[in-house]
This record gives sequence, C-alpha cells and structure tokens, in this order.
Amino acid sequence: MTAIEKRMLTNKIVMILSTLSAFIGIAFLLWILSILIINGVSAINWEIFAFEGAPPGHEESGLKHALIGQLIIISTATAIGVPLGILGGTYLSEYGQQSKLANIIRDISDIMMSAPSIVIGSFIYAVVVIPMGHFSGWAGVIALTIIMIPIILRTTDDMLQLVPSTLREAAFALGAPKYKVIINIVYRGAKVGILTGILLGIARVAGETAPLLFTSFNDNFLSTDLNEPMASLTVTMYNYATSPYEDWQNIGWAAAFILSMFILGLNIIGRLLIMTRKGK
Amino acid sequence: MATIINIPHEKALEVKDFQFTYNGTTEPSLKEISMPIAKNSITALIGPSGCGKTTLLRSFNRMHDLYPGNRYEGLIEFKGRNILEPKEDLIQLRTCIGMIFQKPTAFPMSIYDNVAYGLRLQGIKNRSELNDRVEKALQDAAIWKEVSSRLKHDANGLSGGQQQRLCIARAIAVEPEVLLFDEPTSALDPISTQGIEKLVIELKEKVSIIIVTHNMQQAARVSDYTGFMYLGELIELGITEELFVTPKERLTEEYITGKFG
Amino acid sequence: MSNIIDKVFEHSTRIIAFSVLLIVAWIFTVLFQNSLDSMQAFGFDFITDTKWAPNLEKFGALPAIMGSVISTFLAMVLAVPVAIGVAIFLSEIAPEKLKSPIGVSIELLAAIPSVIYGMWGLFYFVPIIRDIFGGLGIGMLTAGIVLAIMILPFMAAVTRDAMDTTPDILKESAYALGGTKWDVIKDIIIPYAKAGIIGSMILALGRAIGETMAVTFVMGNVHKISLAITAPATSIPVTLANEFTEADTELYFSSLFELSFILLLISFTIISIAKFYFLRKTRRA
Repeated sequence: MTAIEKRMLTNKIVMILSTLSAFIGIAFLLWILSILIINGVSAINWEIFAFEGAPPGHEESGLKHALIGQLIIISTATAIGVPLGILGGTYLSEYGQQSKLANIIRDISDIMMSAPSIVIGSFIYAVVVIPMGHFSGWAGVIALTIIMIPIILRTTDDMLQLVPSTLREAAFALGAPKYKVIINIVYRGAKVGILTGILLGIARVAGETAPLLFTSFNDNFLSTDLNEPMASLTVTMYNYATSPYEDWQNIGWAAAFILSMFILGLNIIGRLLIMTRKGK
Repeated sequence: MATIINIPHEKALEVKDFQFTYNGTTEPSLKEISMPIAKNSITALIGPSGCGKTTLLRSFNRMHDLYPGNRYEGLIEFKGRNILEPKEDLIQLRTCIGMIFQKPTAFPMSIYDNVAYGLRLQGIKNRSELNDRVEKALQDAAIWKEVSSRLKHDANGLSGGQQQRLCIARAIAVEPEVLLFDEPTSALDPISTQGIEKLVIELKEKVSIIIVTHNMQQAARVSDYTGFMYLGELIELGITEELFVTPKERLTEEYITGKFG
Repeated sequence: MSNIIDKVFEHSTRIIAFSVLLIVAWIFTVLFQNSLDSMQAFGFDFITDTKWAPNLEKFGALPAIMGSVISTFLAMVLAVPVAIGVAIFLSEIAPEKLKSPIGVSIELLAAIPSVIYGMWGLFYFVPIIRDIFGGLGIGMLTAGIVLAIMILPFMAAVTRDAMDTTPDILKESAYALGGTKWDVIKDIIIPYAKAGIIGSMILALGRAIGETMAVTFVMGNVHKISLAITAPATSIPVTLANEFTEADTELYFSSLFELSFILLLISFTIISIAKFYFLRKTRRA
C-alpha cells in the first residue's frame, strides 16, 4: 500500500467514524425528543389545565397550580431582571467601554452564566428563606433574577456595541445629551438584538429546577401569593416523576412537554428575529 | 470571436471548450474557453474583477470540488488525460499542480513542518531526505538565509512577504509540474512584491506557471503570455509584449488603456 | 436639567453593573460564613472523610466530591469523542443542505432543560442499565451517561463553532497540496482551533460538574464510595438537591453549605480556566 492509498484509507475510516458518531449522537437526542413528544402529547388533556394538583389516583388532577405558579415566578423574575440587565449592559457598552472595571464585570458575568444554579439556590436559602422563616415564591423569583441578570447584561452589552459609533456621533453633533442618545438612538438601533437576548434569557431560566427546589419549594395547590411557597412546572415535574404513581408520572410528562415547547418556542422566535435582522 | 495565438512552446496544459457553472446558478461563469498553457513559461490572466480569472485558475487543480454542486464541462488536458473526468484522482492531481493563494497561508505549525507538510503527505518519512528537500525548497524560494536558524519557530512569526515565500517553498517542495498563483502579491508591500515577482520568474525553469493578477504592470513584468478575460470569456491570448503593445481585440485595448476595469 | 438626568442615568447604570460584582462577592461570603460551623467541626477531614451520617452528626464529603469528579469524568470520556465527531460531521462532512438544519436542531437540544434529560434517564435509560448490569440501574455509570448526553449538544455546537473559525483559504491551501479531508482536519483545523476546542470542552466540563437535575434522578444519593461503577452513588449537587429540605440541625445545614461552597469554588475555577486561558482570544473578537 502506498502512502497515498494509506492516507485515503485513513481518511475514509475517520469519515465513517465521525459520521457514525454524529448519527449516534443525533439518534440519542431524537430518542429523547420523541419520548418527550409521545409521552407528553398522550398525557395532555383539558384536565391538565383545569385542575390543581390532587393525590394520586384522583381523577381531577392537573397542572393549573404549577402553570400559574411558573408564570408568576418567571414573569416577576423577568420584570425585575430585564431592566436591571439592560441598564447594567448599557453601562458596560456606553460608559465603562473597555475600562478595567467594565472588563472585570464582563468576565464575572460570563462566569456566572455557567456557574451551577443549585449554588444560587443555596445562597438564596441563606439570605431569603432563613430570614423569612419559610419557603416563598419571592425566594424563587430572586434566585432566577440573579441567574438572569448576567445573561441579559452581556447580550445587551454585545448588542449595543454593534450599533455603529457614527450613529451616536451624529446624534451628539445635534446637541443631544448622552442619556437621550442612548435611549433614542442606541437602544432603537439594537432593539432586535436586545429582544432576542431577553427571549433567550427567559428560555434559560424557565427550565431551571435546581435553584427552585429550596427557594420557592412547591405547593400542590394554586397559590398566587409570592410570600408563600409556590408551585412551578419544573419542581412539580421532578416531584411527580420521582413518585411511584403512574398517573403522577404522566402528569410529569405533560409538564415536561409543555415546558419544553415553551422553551423551544422562545428559542425559535429568537432565532427568527436574528435572521430577519440579518436579512435586512 | 476570441483571438488566441498558437504558442511555439511545448504545452503544459490545454483547455478546450471549457465551461464552468457555480452551484445554484444556471448561467455558466466561464464560457467556451480554449487556450494552451505553455510549458516552462509564465501565463498571466488579467481582466476586471468578476471576469472569471480566479475561477479559471481554480479549475486547474479542481479546487471547486471542495464545494458541492459546481459543474465543469469541456476539457482540460494534462499529460494526455482530461483532468475534468470524475474519476480523476484529485490528491495526485493537486500534488502535480500546486497553488499559491491571495494571502499567505502559513499553517499553524513550525516553518520546517510547513515545508515538510506536502512531503509527509506523500509518505516521505526519512529524516535526512526530508531535511534535504526542505532546505532545497527554502533555497529555491529564496528564503533559506532568513529562516535557516529558526526552522523550529512558528511560521506565523514571519512577515507577510516571508510567509508568502514560505508558502511557495511549501508548494515547490513536492516538485509540482504546474504552479497556480492567485494574486500572490495582493496582500504584500511593494518590496515583498518585487521579491515574489523575481522568484516567480526564476521558478519557470522548473515549472509551468499560471498567475492571476489584477495588476497589469505585474503581468507585463513577469509573464511570457497574457490572457485577457472579460465576463467569463477569454477575449485574447497573446505573447505578453504584443498583447500590451498591439492588442488585436478592441476590448483588450480598452482595458489596457484604462477605459474600464 | 438634562445634565442632572444624564448624571443620574449614568450613575444608576454603573451601580447596577457594579452590583453584579457585589452579588458574586456576597454569594461567596454567605456560603463561606454558613460553612464555618462545619469547617470548625471537621476541618480538612470534611473533604477526606467518607462517612456521611446525619443521624450521628458526622459529615464527610469525600463520597459526594468523588461522585462529582467520577461522574463528570465519565461524561467527558463519553461525550468528547462523540462531540468532536459530530462537530467534524457538521463542519466538514455533512452536505450543505443538512448542515444548517442539523446544526440548529443540536443547538435547540442544548436549550432543553436538564430536568428533561434526567426524567428520560430515569424512565428509559435506567431499565436498560438494569437489564445489562443487574442491580438497581441507578448509579455512577447511569449518571455519567445521562450527563454525557445532556452536555453533548452544547459541546458539539461550541466545538463546531471553534472549528468554523478556521479560514477557508488555509484549508484550501492544504487541499491544494493534496491533503485529504482528514489530513486537513487533523493538521490544519484542529491545530488552528485548538485553544477554542479545548476551551469549549473545559467549559462543558464546568457546566457538567455543577449539573444537578440531569443526575439527581439517576444517581441514587448514596454516600458511599463503591468500586462498582454501576452502584448507586452521589455527587455534590445531588446531595444538595436531596438533602437541603431535609436538614434538621445547624451542623447538617452548615455541611451542606460547605458542599455548596466547594462546588462553587470548583466550577468557578474550571470556568475561569476555560474562559481566560483558552477562550480569551476568541471572546471579544
């Protein structure tokens, strides 16, 4: 066998191996996805949306409490985290720029984006749950807010930096004060990018379970009071799936399906937004 | 109809009725091109941007095959065979027809390993043979003196002009019969450009050269034959001095006198 | 007037941005303070002792630490080759028409919450492991595999991104010398994108070691170091997830906080190495 034939053979072998590994990887992922869809769709019915949690074996058992709890926790965390994240990102891009402080904040935020979320949960347990004396929706909200801020902050920072500096200069040249330039020109120019960042940030925290386990805890019934423990889809899913009761497990799959579709939907919308922006 | 002279030289390559169509388009980017490429000479391809000169150059080593869906028609004859045949062994072809790119493309490895790369691909493992051929290639590329003391250094530490000569050394180390230059000096300063041009002229003793350039002076300085291309067609191929002094086609004249382009 | 608003706006943004640093410092401080009881009670024995017995007020974290290390190691061993294979497939082999749809699906799968992977593992993967190896089916091996599958999409996507930074012209010049695809991958793409690829792998490692939900379902939360890889085990996040709501004494809580503190230190270090040592160049490009 000549050297070239040998190389061609190695090439062929590696190509086959990596195609194979790609197929193995993709097959596993498809398997998970199809199970999620099959179990999820078959478990979804109107009772899921109409009823609160009920003991195993009970007919009228649903996820209303968890859906509403999830909605309250996520939207409150978003309402707090998004403005804070955007303002913080504004500082990095518009004021701090490449200063030492701004770069340190960027680095630390980047690390926080990958830090274990269960650690945030234990932190909130210490600073919110213990002083309050009990688990509460607020504790969960604050935990998710802390996870969300670095994400929004960094995407805002990146997106604002993409706005051409000539735009800012043109506005300054007209005598506009800096805050007006930022709000009227820079934010407007980065609108789509910031919105995408928000959607992906929401998608990211919506799937968090670990930081809620011992903050917002759980509640098998509907509660809209953030001062009390509150159900979420993720924690409910965990509790139901690890229970020995088949009807609870099925409801767990329904929760998994609803949550995944929500998160995938946000991701897909985010992607489409990016594409329309590129298309322009 | 195009004016194509007959060349007195032996031919290295012969293009006949060649058409090339990019993936996803119906209109061919190169239309009905026929031309000889003289052996041990330099053939320059000139023309305004988008005329297809680089597309033609990249057909000679079938670079277009890296991206699916591109179509060749017609014939490019090399050593008695049509290299456009699907069964053509591209790896063999590319070791016989080397290429130098617009920008220096030093690989992320040492100077020595860059030059030895093609040799190792051919299965040469013998240390002393590798050493000899690397040294010879670097000498032929007129860069040996500058790098002989730091062969183990990262090639990306060299200047742009040095990197481009290193790439030439890498290409000639495998002793190709044809070398394709795709605007080899477009990223270089005037002094490095001069060095590369001198080197290209020296190299024609050993290889046949095709060079694409957007710089007419460069074509006039280095080449023996010049082909003028326009909108995917070869308008005129002539002896360089004649083409620049007494072009036979009106389009060629307009281009070299700067009326467009 | 404009001047005052300008100043107020600037300072509020600065305070908010700065608060990120304060919160992180606060997290470290709070976890450290809450660990003090346990640190005083056990000292260094906490991380070398293998006995975790809440009823005896005895807390040794070695099984949890070992569990984190081993399950993450297993996950890396399984996921790295496959992720590189997928990345090579996506960036060099797949037909143009498939590149984007497969690439996007993999990125979307990386967005699926880890709790779903854990659930899948419990209901569909545990029985398979049980059939093959006997026993309960939950344990270190199962956790490692589920973790590997969970980090695979992220790892493959970032590895592909790193590979895609290789300039086309560099690849073309290697093909022009007669290189095969594999020659170009191993001699050009991998060396060129080395820092990015290693950085991505380490970043995935940093995420895997702190991952809770994908493994909590399938690990068993048994504080015992076992030679059998299929035996039930635990890890730091699994212990936290299972025991935080059950802890009933000061010392128990403090030990859990110390575990949390250790996990934060480990992942902070790993992620910093990935970000600052390997991904620095590619980051703010």
